This record gives sequence, structure tokens and C-alpha cells, in this order.
Amino acid sequence: MSAIARTDTSLVGRWWWTIDRWTLAALASIVVVGAVLTLAASPPEAERLGFDTFYFARRQFVFLGMAVAVIFAISFLSPRNIRRLAVFSMVGAIILMVATLFLGTEIKGATRWLHIGSYSLQASEFVKPGFAVVCAWMFSEQRLDGRFHGYAISTGLFLFVVGLLLMQPDVGMSVVIAAMWGVQFFVAGLPLLLVLGIGFAFLAGTVGAYFAFGHVQARVDRFLDPAGGESYQVSRALEAFYNGGWAGRGPGEGRVKEVLPDAHADFIFAVAGEEFGLVLCLALVALFAFVVLRGFSRVLKSDDLYVLLATTGLLVQFAVQVIINMASNINLMPPKGMTLPFISYGGSSTLALALGMGMVLALTRDRQGGGENR
Amino acid sequence: MAAAKSKTTGKSTRKSSGARRIEGARKQAMETGRNRLLVTGIVLSLAFAAIGVRLVDLTVFQAGGEPRLAQIEPNPEVASGRADIVDRNGILLATSLPTASLFADPSAVLNAQEVADKLITELPELNRQELLGKLKTKSRFVWITRNLTPKQHYKVNRLGLPGLGFQRGERRVYPHGRLAAHALGLTDVDGRGIAGLEQNFDRALRAGNRIQVSLDIRIQSMMRQELAAAVREFRAIGAAGVVLDANSGELVSLVSLPDFDPNEPSSAGPETAFNRVTKGVYEMGSTFKLFTAAMALDSGTVDLNSSYDASQPIKISRFTIRDFHAKNRWLSVPEIIVYSSNIGAAKMAVDVGTKTQRDYLDRFGLLRPAALELPEVGKPLVPKRWRKINTMTIAYGYGIAVSPLQLASGVAVLVNGGRYVPPTVLKTVAGNSSTGKRVLSEETSELMRGLMRLVVTNGTGRKAAAKGYIVGGKTGTTDKLAVRGYRKNATLSSFVGAFPMNAPRYIVLVMVDEPKGNKRTFNYATGGWVAAPAVGRVIQRMASLIGMAPDRQPEPAKVPVKKPMIKASTPPKASPGISKRKTAAAPPPAPITVSRASPSPAPRRNDSAADETLMLQRVRAVLDVRDKKSEADAVGPPEQALATY
Repeated sequence: MSAIARTDTSLVGRWWWTIDRWTLAALASIVVVGAVLTLAASPPEAERLGFDTFYFARRQFVFLGMAVAVIFAISFLSPRNIRRLAVFSMVGAIILMVATLFLGTEIKGATRWLHIGSYSLQASEFVKPGFAVVCAWMFSEQRLDGRFHGYAISTGLFLFVVGLLLMQPDVGMSVVIAAMWGVQFFVAGLPLLLVLGIGFAFLAGTVGAYFAFGHVQARVDRFLDPAGGESYQVSRALEAFYNGGWAGRGPGEGRVKEVLPDAHADFIFAVAGEEFGLVLCLALVALFAFVVLRGFSRVLKSDDLYVLLATTGLLVQFAVQVIINMASNINLMPPKGMTLPFISYGGSSTLALALGMGMVLALTRDRQGGGENR
Repeated sequence: MAAAKSKTTGKSTRKSSGARRIEGARKQAMETGRNRLLVTGIVLSLAFAAIGVRLVDLTVFQAGGEPRLAQIEPNPEVASGRADIVDRNGILLATSLPTASLFADPSAVLNAQEVADKLITELPELNRQELLGKLKTKSRFVWITRNLTPKQHYKVNRLGLPGLGFQRGERRVYPHGRLAAHALGLTDVDGRGIAGLEQNFDRALRAGNRIQVSLDIRIQSMMRQELAAAVREFRAIGAAGVVLDANSGELVSLVSLPDFDPNEPSSAGPETAFNRVTKGVYEMGSTFKLFTAAMALDSGTVDLNSSYDASQPIKISRFTIRDFHAKNRWLSVPEIIVYSSNIGAAKMAVDVGTKTQRDYLDRFGLLRPAALELPEVGKPLVPKRWRKINTMTIAYGYGIAVSPLQLASGVAVLVNGGRYVPPTVLKTVAGNSSTGKRVLSEETSELMRGLMRLVVTNGTGRKAAAKGYIVGGKTGTTDKLAVRGYRKNATLSSFVGAFPMNAPRYIVLVMVDEPKGNKRTFNYATGGWVAAPAVGRVIQRMASLIGMAPDRQPEPAKVPVKKPMIKASTPPKASPGISKRKTAAAPPPAPITVSRASPSPAPRRNDSAADETLMLQRVRAVLDVRDKKSEADAVGPPEQALATY
């Protein structure tokens, strides 16, 4: 029984009765699973790097706590304030991305991180939610008022952001942003001919990345020709799922984390599979899918095109990250460094996703009686 | 609810003008948006479903079906089970021994002082200071020492010190050391072949396939000893030696000096690791006259009775071709070979013609890199434009550079009945050896055998004679190329021999690089003085090893006259009386009609003396005929020459 009465019209009371509590519950479950998996997967990596055993776990706990706070805080905002927040966060992130190009440190051939004191910041993570909302705004303005050049502005913005990403280079993030922007454009009512055109451009971009970036090419080649040996990480990840089976080997009994350098980040799903088995993996897939589809179904009832597009963009970004990460782990696609939202270790990624999910919760709150207008 | 309501009102007041149109557009946009969002939702659902299905597939049905647990990832640091290399008799030439390498995890070491003290009791070669330094580092992994013996491994393990660990490894060991270094090559610390057979068959060896090579390590040892002796005696800078099976193309011995010890990779420097036999290409000099004679005889340009005027040096453009052992008269074809006449060979090659010469050389395998199973194969240096002057110099082995291996396999064609068999370092299964491509007729090959035998009985190669065995061959001495012109005092001295000449089985080649003459050789450092004796000794030693019985009646014993000969360059003048006496004893040489068309009896190994008589009879007759014609410079019968050696 809820402690808050339906007649409570305080800020918290209104929030509680308008927020999508199911999505909130799903996100909370994901965060809890993430905390448990971080405890399982990060100690070997921490020891490898010479930190104390729970160094990464402790840090991730802090990040997750901050993420929960961010989600709650943002979910209180109105759509208009979400828009303001989006513009502000996107511009800030772009400035930081430009700074990264000049001041960032190169790690494994890419310049993605900006070091501030003992913290390192991946600015490109924070550009995603703001970009989604700003593009949604631009699309909806043009759609409702033909004189406004929203399409052109958002296209320019898209090219600029992707350009910055490719200079790092960060192909994975570019793919996420392109997918998100493409779907928004599609939902915004792009003529079908243009949809096809953008589809082809996306394909051409992917093929282009194959030829332009050596590491992309190597990974795709290995994926297409497993006879040449799957990559070490992928074969180890697959082994983990085999060993996990139905119910897993049990918490702490996994081995893959001992040998995979990214077990606490990009390959944490494999750790989940090995230690907790199919049951937890399917539960995770279900939770993520629920968040995405539930958000879609909520927003279908909305009457505001901007809300519809913004939520779509944010959820597609979330879904694409989940799908790419999981598909990489189970060798359904060439391995692509991508975090599993709220599960993988990483402050920038976790907080940026919290920003996005807070926005989703804010946008999907019950307003103006939902479907009543129809 | 109230807040939401007020917002709607605000919105509707803002778009009061043309509200209907905008309202219509909005409705349509929302409709499209909802429909397309549904499509997006369905696509994403399908993706999630695919992931779910794949997960079930992986965990429950174990997609792929292979027992992944049992699979051991190949660790690049520890190449396991690199296969052995053995010689033709199965003697081990290269093998891999498992070893253990000791490392430490300093963070797990409890007391560095104690660990260091205890370790040094078992491994006294360690430096205590250095060891302590390693044990106190901050890292999680330091190597202490590599490749422990099993005994050391056991002892260190028994110390029971925490923080120490062993990495299983493998070490490549070459039991014969430097003996077959250039053929075997070597591996790097990670067990990858980086030279020789180890490199060429790297993949097969890794896959665990044993390689049996054609080398006979015993003959290899004899060759190396004789080469080393020659290098020592003549203070040479290097040497190359080859023993090649004339019929199968198998390399029975391949020695290049200076050499290295593959067990000590640091000994493989640019000088020592250089394979003179297969990689080095050299102007071979007079040994090439054999090819010139063979192509002239085979193409019908000359017969044994043909002769050339060698009384005057040839002047062509700015070059002068002269003879080292000048006879200053007309020489028959056998004399050109026996006395190694540059002038004669050059004139003969001109008669053969440039195109024919090039065709034959190509078919002898001299113009293209040998197709050998070693990475170190040199490309021959061949003139780009082949003019008359090239034809003339190539006739006696200048202006073309080939590897000793190419020379040996070319000479094999001359003596084995005229077939080119590609050389190989792998043991050929009996009956599986390639029959080769025909280059010369059987008759030409037979004549060449006689000529080569004559060089050893009567000519520049007398020191290659091996007691009891019928050796034939040809000497070669070249001045080495300098930046400008040729260096007079830096020579390459070689001898390429074959035996037994009645049915040749082996080609034996020795080449000595920059030998210096000594008192014993009257300061000569020619092929006849330096390389021929080495070939003779190798043959003498290896013949008994391969079970070839010496002839019971060695030829020199048949000849009563013993007159020592001092210089190889001046054949003795024989008195007609001796000549006559000997001709009476030997099968009648006259009337000789040397006809290339006449069928030659197949050489039989069990009757070598008779074979030789027959073989020499034909080529020798020409010499006799020429002797009678030439009053000025008579050459004694071959028996005479044999007697003098």
C-alpha cells in the first residue's frame, strides 16, 4: 500500500502518481543487478591493475548512487525544462568533446577521455541524451510549423557530432547516434523514399567505416571468417556462456573474469552468463526490453509530438546500446566496445544514461489525461 | 492534472491563428509518428527476442556442440610440441625439450631476503643484488631465470616458497650444434622458425609433423671437417661444400663456412648465418666449360675430334681472352676441358650460338633461382643483354654468377644420363624420385663422364683422385670481382666432382673463398690445388661409409712408371716408348671412330674397371690422335699421367 495518498498534491505526491512506476521499478532492478555484477566481475581487473580488490566496485557503487539521484531529480522536470536541460547538457558536452580532441589522452589508439584530477570523463557519453531531445524538438517544430528549418538544423547538428566522434575515433558511439537520429527522423514522418535513402547512407557509412578504420576491419573480418579464429575475447565470452548453462556456476565461481581484461565493462554480460546462467541473462534482456517497450507504449498515448520523438530517441539509444553490447558478447555481431547500461563499470556512461533515463521518466509522466484527447 | 491542463490551454492560445490547419497537421503528424513508433518497437522486440534465442542456444543447447572446456587456447608464448627434424637415417638434428622458467609475483613474496637466500642455494648462478631488486619491485610479475633443468625445477619447487611460479616452456635443441646449421636454420625465443628449414617448414613443424631431410649427418660431418681443414690450411675467408645425389637431386651434405651454432642464436651474425651454398652466387669460372662442351656436343656443333686454334689470345672489343695453362696450339675438345682452355671454350660457345647457349644453361637450371625448400635461395646474376662477348665469357664461367648448389645440380645433369632433377633437402621416398626433364642425350652424358674423368686422370683435377674410386670432375678458379675489374689476389677456387664415373651417384662440390697459397702448393691457390684434394678426401671417406667397395686393382698400381709431377699446370711430356708400351696393354685404341651415334653400353656398377676402360677409350683416343699430330707439345697417354700422381 502506498504511503502517499492520491489526493496529495505536493510535488512529491504529484510525482508519485504521475510517474511510470513500472519503468522505475525496472530501472531499479537493473541498477541492483548492476551492483551485484560489478561486485562479481571487477575484483580481478582491480587486482590486475594493482588496486585494492573492491576499487572498481566501490567507485561503481558511488556512480550508481549518483545515477539514482540524477534519475529522480530529472524525472521531476517538466518537458519544457527537459528541453532546456537538453540544450544545456548538449552544448556543454560538445565543448568538452572539442576539448578532448586537444587535451585528451590517447588510450588504445583513440582519444576519448578527458582527465580532470583523478577522474576521467568521456564527454561523448553526455552528448547523447541532450542531442536526442534537441533533435526531437527540431523535428517536431518543423513538422508542426513548415516554415521552421528543423530538419536542416538537426541534420547539421548530427553531422557535426558524428564528425567529432569520428575524429576520436569512436565508431561505436557514432553508430548509436546515427541509429537514434535515423529512427527519430523516421518517426517524425520522413518521406519513405528518404527513409530508404538514409537507410542506404547508414549502410554505406558502415561499409565506409570498415574500409576507413583498421580495427573495425579486423574485427569484422574475424567475425565473418571464424575459421581464422574468433577474437580471444569473444571466444572466451562464448566459453563463459557454455560454462554457465541454465543456472550458472554460482556467484564468484566464474573464470572468464580472470582472463578477460574488459570483464567488468564491455564483457560483463559474459560474467553474468557464467556465474548466474541463462536465468539472469534472460531476466536482464526482459528488463531492458520492458523499459524500452513500456516507454514506447506510454508515449504512444501522448499527444505531444516533441515528447513522442524525444522519448523515442532516448529509448532507441538505450536499446541500441543494450543490443550491441549483448550481441557482441554472444557473437551475433563483430565485437564493438559498448557499455551495458547501468551494468557495465564506468562513471561517464552510467551518469549519462541516468540523465537520459531521468528524461524518459519525466517525459512519460501522465499529463493532460493521456489518451483523452483522441 | 491541474498543471497539465493549464499547459494545454497555454499552448492552444499561442496557436490561435490558423489553429485549425496546424491542428490538422499535428493530428496527422501524431498519427504517422505513432504508426512508425510501432514499427520501431516491433523491430527492437525482434532484436531482443533474437538475443534471447541465442542465449538459450548458447547455454542450454551449447551451440556448436564442441566441448569448449577441453579446448586449450594456443598460448603464443609457449609453442608446444614443435616437431623434430631428423636426417635421412633418422638421426635427430633438431628437437624441442620442455623446460620450466621461474618467475616471481613480488606482491606475494613474504620475505624477499629469505627467498633470495634460499633461491641462491639452488641456483648459485643468480646475482643476489639483482634478485633482491627484482623481488622488491612493485609489479606483479618478474622473470627470475629461464629454462631450468628438470632437476633445478624440482629443487626450487621443493623450497616451497610462496610468490614463485613456473611457466612451462619449450626450448629448441640442436644436438649436432653447428654441423648442419645452415640447412636447419634456427628459431627465435618464441619458437618461431626464422631461418633455414625451421622457417620454411615452420607451419608443418608447429603442427607436429616430423621432417626427414635428405642430409646424411655423417657425410655432412666429413664435408665440414675437410672444408674446415682447407679453410685453415689456405687461410681462406670461407668455404662451401655440397654432396648431391646425382639421380634423385637429394642434398646429402650442405656446408657453408663460417657457420654458427643454432643453440646459441647470438652466434648467427650476418657473416656466419650467410648460406654460401644456396644464397651466395659466384662466378664459377672453368667449371662452366663442362656446360659449354656438353651443349656443343649435344647440339652437334662439335664432336670429340673437332679442334680450335688456341695459339693466340682472343681480342674482342677491349677484352683479351687468354689461357691460364696456355698450350699455344690447336686443341681438341677433350684438350680444351683437360687443359681448361678459355680460348677454346669461348670459340666453341660462339659456334654453339648465343641462343642455344642460353637455352641449355636455362635447362641446366642455371638461369633461375633453384626451387629449394629453404628461404635462403640466391638469384643468379645473368646478363641482361646477351651479346657475343657475354657468350664468350660465360663459356668459361665469367659474367654469370650462380650458387654452388645450382652448379652442382647442373653438373648432375652432365653425368646422370642427361636429366635435370630439381635439388631438394627432403628425403625422397625410394621409387618416388622424379625422373627429371631430359636436357642432354644419354650419349652426350656418357662423353661428358669421360671428359670429366680425363680431367682427374690427365688434367688440372688430378688431386681429386681417390684411391680405388673412379672420380671425375672439373676445376675452377676465378678472380673475385672488385669495385673496378677483378682482384688478382682474391680468388674463388672450386672443384666439382662426381663419382663413380662409370655410374655416377654423387656430385661433390667444394668451393674455397679467398684461399692463399702456401709452400706445399708452391703458392698456388687454384681449384686444382685447394678444392680438388678436399673433394678427393671427402669421396675417399664417404665411399666406404655408403658401402661402396674400392676397386681391387687401383689403376696407379697397373702402371710401372712413377715420375713425380710438380705442377698441375704443366702436364708431363711423355716419351713415345712408354706410350707405345702402354697402348699395347690397354684395349686397342686405334682405329678410333668417335661417333656420337654409336650406342653406348649401359654403365654397370659391378664392373667398374671395364666400364672405365671403355669410357676412357673413346675420349682418350682423341688425345692420342692429337699427340701424333702435334709434334711440339705431345701429351702422354693417360696411364702416364695417372702414374705420375
